[in-house]
Amino acid sequence: MHELSLIASVFDILEEKTREHGASRVTAVVLRVGRMSGVVPDLLESAFETYKNGTLAEGARLTIEVVPVKLRCPDCGGTSVREDTDFSCTACGSRRIEIVEGREIVVEKIELETDGA
Amino acid sequence: MSTKTIRVQADLLATNKQVAAEIRRELRSRGILCVNLLSSPGSGKTTLLEALADRLKDRIRMAVIEGDIETERDAERIRRKGVPAWQITTGGACHLEARMIGKVLGDVPAAIDFLFIENVGNLVCPASYDLGEDLRFVLLSSPEGDDKPAKYPQAFLSADCLILTKTDLIPYLPFDPARAAAEALSIKPGLRVFMVSALCGDGMDALVEYLVEALERLRSGRA
Repeated sequence: MHELSLIASVFDILEEKTREHGASRVTAVVLRVGRMSGVVPDLLESAFETYKNGTLAEGARLTIEVVPVKLRCPDCGGTSVREDTDFSCTACGSRRIEIVEGREIVVEKIELETDGA
Repeated sequence: MSTKTIRVQADLLATNKQVAAEIRRELRSRGILCVNLLSSPGSGKTTLLEALADRLKDRIRMAVIEGDIETERDAERIRRKGVPAWQITTGGACHLEARMIGKVLGDVPAAIDFLFIENVGNLVCPASYDLGEDLRFVLLSSPEGDDKPAKYPQAFLSADCLILTKTDLIPYLPFDPARAAAEALSIKPGLRVFMVSALCGDGMDALVEYLVEALERLRSGRA
């Protein structure tokens, strides 16, 4: 379980972006987490809630978008979304597929608040 | 007071991926083939490495980086085989990261053929971290059960080879190697499957041959 160390990297990014934009605090964070990324959204949330106290994201709300597994098939050119672990093309059944989404762990967007005008 | 939304799109594993890419470049330039071994604790990673050390001894030079939460035990076992080994103790962390490998890399002798990295025993977290390896092996031992690939898909999805270990115990267990292999292949088509008993030696020759061919491919630039 390495969710806490991933959240530590999220906070590095939050600090950097807050500074870069001259903002005072972070009010919202959106993460995109692939279903096959190996991390658990619930644990990321607990880690975020623990970590945020006393930081510039103290009042921030976290949203986690779970990204389904999306495959591209070089044989038929189609794309398919799989909910199970049978990673074959739903259109032609080919197993020579490429996973294009579903393994990422990404800070998608953040909301910053700036004091003053 | 004003509020604005910033699109960040920052990959949280980007730093690890960059360091891993540097390690891969460095090892390839030295002509070293790097293998990352993943499995749950007790699947036989260290025993497999000991058996490889015995078989490769006269033909091939190898080194091992051992990852564990605590103790030097695994590195000591490997050193007893006459193979240089470094122990990384993570002190609780559930996986190795590329940065940890990078710190040890300077000590690894240039004149070796294979660098094996034995990851922390854990079938979940190590799957997300590229260590700069050329090949990733996932081990599944017969006592663990043939239903594990679908339960822990990330590890199998990220692997190049599935090594079914402790095959000498299969007669005593409700373990169907064909089911384990089929399940893993539905997750990762193209996965190479090996069946070995490191203690009895069954299947070891095929694995050694595969490794030697992979090394030749790497050195001739066809990796």
